[in-house]
Amino acid sequence: MRTSSMRRDCLIALIVFAALAALPMLWPSHGVSDFVIRLAAFGIFATSLNMLVGYAGLESFGHGLFFGLGAYSFALAMQRLGTSIPAALLLTVLLSAAVAGIVGAICVRLKEIYFAFLTLAFQMLLHSLIIAWTPLTGGDQGLTGGVPRPPFLGIRLDAPYHLYLFSAGLLLLCLLLMRHIVQSPFGYTLRLIRDNPARATSLGINVWAMRLAAFVIAGAFGSLGGVVMSLFVSGAFPDFAYWTISGEAIFMIMLGGTTLFLGPVAGAVMLLLLNDVVTKLTEHYGLVLGLIILLFALGLRKGLADYLAELWRERSARRLAMPLPAAPFAEPSNKLSGE
Amino acid sequence: MLSIENLSKSFGGVVAIRDVSLNFTPGSLTAVIGPNGAGKTTFFNLIMGSLLPDQGRILLGGENIAGLPTPQIVRRGIARAFQIASIFPSLTVREALLAAVNAQRQQHAKLLARFPLAASRDRAQEIMHMVGLAMKADMVSRSLSHGDQKLLDIALALVLEPRVLLLDEPTAGMGPEERWLMIDTVHRLWEREKMTLVFIEHDMDIVFKIAQSIAVLSYGRVLAEGTPAAIRQHPAVIEAYLGSEYAGRA
Repeated sequence: MRTSSMRRDCLIALIVFAALAALPMLWPSHGVSDFVIRLAAFGIFATSLNMLVGYAGLESFGHGLFFGLGAYSFALAMQRLGTSIPAALLLTVLLSAAVAGIVGAICVRLKEIYFAFLTLAFQMLLHSLIIAWTPLTGGDQGLTGGVPRPPFLGIRLDAPYHLYLFSAGLLLLCLLLMRHIVQSPFGYTLRLIRDNPARATSLGINVWAMRLAAFVIAGAFGSLGGVVMSLFVSGAFPDFAYWTISGEAIFMIMLGGTTLFLGPVAGAVMLLLLNDVVTKLTEHYGLVLGLIILLFALGLRKGLADYLAELWRERSARRLAMPLPAAPFAEPSNKLSGE
Repeated sequence: MLSIENLSKSFGGVVAIRDVSLNFTPGSLTAVIGPNGAGKTTFFNLIMGSLLPDQGRILLGGENIAGLPTPQIVRRGIARAFQIASIFPSLTVREALLAAVNAQRQQHAKLLARFPLAASRDRAQEIMHMVGLAMKADMVSRSLSHGDQKLLDIALALVLEPRVLLLDEPTAGMGPEERWLMIDTVHRLWEREKMTLVFIEHDMDIVFKIAQSIAVLSYGRVLAEGTPAAIRQHPAVIEAYLGSEYAGRA
């Protein structure tokens, strides 16, 4: 069963990749391919945050630290070190994991709100550093001058279609890897800790070490979202490390839902679409977005993907219960939806 | 097996456990009784390393485990179930037990494999049968009845293959029928697994029915310890706790 579910995930990813690869031929529009690239950046980023929020029960408000760090370290490695793209990618992931190791070691011991705010503080520290260290980062003007894109393995990221394929491929690869991690024994250990850290401890689990590992993994993946963004805009800007980036990822998770693996990706699609549509119609983007978030929070009380999944579960439970009116097993799934 | 020597713990000015010495022989079944606030749960918390003792030694097979962190105490063979069932609400019974088996086998940090590990399945299944939850394997834990949640809590402790099992009021909050079913299950487990079992219990009918020996705590001290027959006759225990109802009943 375990190999077949892995094989199934890979198969789905391949089919989606083929469909995305064909999309620009069927619908040749800059808007569409730009959308997919931004979706890749935010899909990776929001899903990596959900590993913490949804699976490990760690509500980080400062995940944007890794988005900003990823964008700047990748762009700087390309500009200053003149390395190849794979080397810069590796460097970015290693640096982000190391930073996550230090920040996480300090933060994951803390309880909910303290954890949330300390992670936010570290993110704003990076933001201040970017603003202040003008010779390296370009300060509040951002890192300009373009990100060099030497070809590697026949991939030329200066060609728009290549960048598009690279982003879509990286999104799917990251999703596959993160999916595998949350379905691994380690992923289930995170669920134990999320549900009941004290009980996890009395099962002999080192909760601190597991949370730290989750924080490092999520930070490393989160940085890849920043890499895609820096390739997309060919630079890096202080906004990438600003707290609003973390806020957007949290909105995406809220819109999409935390319990389904692809919830945050669905949320990213929704938020990006909303962004594009609303900014065309009105300049009061924040107001409209706020109202929609309120609607989700008060109306559905969960993300859209979670809501639809529950509807589906209830319907199939009812269908099962129909021929057997007294089926006792229909009850638990109903109770579940009452949460 | 488990031997407590001169254990003390106070919170601020309040002495919760005062110079407690108790010995639990291998394979024994001991009830810890006493009025509310006598320090029974604190006693368990000290043994498990959830609290640090101020003084005293906790010897497990000769080794002093006082002051060790909980995970290390667990690895040495002591497990507990809680007064209020401590479970994993959003996981199914099966998922929780499979993940617990992984933890027991030190495979809980594996990144490359997929959950569940084939090798964990039989053990999880066996434990579900032991406590009678096999029929409810795929129920989400939070939707289990109160009694089944307590059984799941005990099942999670059994996963650790404990030499010493501490049960904090296994029948708390249960109706009479459910209560005796639980005690029946606990007694069967004790006989089958041949472990040292220590349980806190308020229901004296249960205590006198199954306990081999009884320790009475009062204001953090050991008021008395001995066989049920001896405890029944103990004047201080009758006065402080039992009242005349149980005194002298055979």
